Amino acid sequence: MPSYWITVLVGSLAVFSWKILGYLIPGRIANHREVVIFAGKLTVALLAALTAVETLVSGQAIVLDARIAAIGVAAILFWRKLPFIVVVAVAALVAALLRHFLGWV
Amino acid sequence: MVSTSIGVGLAVGLYGTSFGALAVAAGLSIAQTQVLSLLMFSGGSQFAVAGVIAASGPAGIIPAILSAWLLGIRNGFYALRLNGVLGVTGVFKLVASQLTIDESNAVSAAQDNTADSKRGFWITGLAVFVFWNLFTLIGALLGSVMGDPSVWGLDAAAAAAFLGLVWPRLKGLQSNLIALLSAVFTLALTPMLPSGIPVIVGAPIAVGVIYLLKRTKLGPRLKAGDHA
Repeated sequence: MPSYWITVLVGSLAVFSWKILGYLIPGRIANHREVVIFAGKLTVALLAALTAVETLVSGQAIVLDARIAAIGVAAILFWRKLPFIVVVAVAALVAALLRHFLGWV
Repeated sequence: MVSTSIGVGLAVGLYGTSFGALAVAAGLSIAQTQVLSLLMFSGGSQFAVAGVIAASGPAGIIPAILSAWLLGIRNGFYALRLNGVLGVTGVFKLVASQLTIDESNAVSAAQDNTADSKRGFWITGLAVFVFWNLFTLIGALLGSVMGDPSVWGLDAAAAAAFLGLVWPRLKGLQSNLIALLSAVFTLALTPMLPSGIPVIVGAPIAVGVIYLLKRTKLGPRLKAGDHA
């Protein structure tokens, strides 16, 4: 068990290194229009990729389960401009109910 | 905007319950799980640590570090953007660094003036930090009792949370196309690469493809989406 402290502490430092690096790069580069636009594109790409993975992936496999129905409901509710916390709670509820009553995975 | 920030903090925080439970189930102690939320404080990276440890045990000590590190790259790009917006110096730079995550950057980027961008970052960052750590502890404590977090739909909540974060940024052909390509590439890479890696490979490829498409006849139609 103690060896996992290596992962916890070195891993935390490793993640922090990216965060601090972004703040240490000179402002004239950070404010450069192309850099800001690139970072904006990458943000959209990463968030979309994370959405896809959280919806469809289990381990290394693509899996269709109750999360699909939940994300479909969430998309409709976001489109209808419902508050973030409400949509997220409904999504969890949809998945939990489908699993409980219909036996979906 | 304040209610969005708190809402994001609460929603993401609740998902911390899932992380706490999963990390303890993977074999980390409650203390190790809590320190991850305090020091690493980046959901994707933390889930990567729990996932790799769960799959590989002690053999996963180094791969878990690498996965977390690679998944953390995007925080560096958020930091690059936020450094221009926040104008922080000294110790505030360290605090801002620690609070630089998907959600704080996303709320900040969704605002249409600098003052709201700053407030959005700080309030969201602090709200997520407080709730994430609180619910991590609850999750870790409940871990053995709670069993499978998916029974509670927490995995679906995570998916919906990410959808909610990308939603305000999907305006125009270019951003929609980036999102679609990134999701497709990431899913296509999923069976081939270790867990956690497809996102950090698929997303940059999608951005690269967009830059290539802009050199083609489609270029002028994509130009409209060039906002930060």
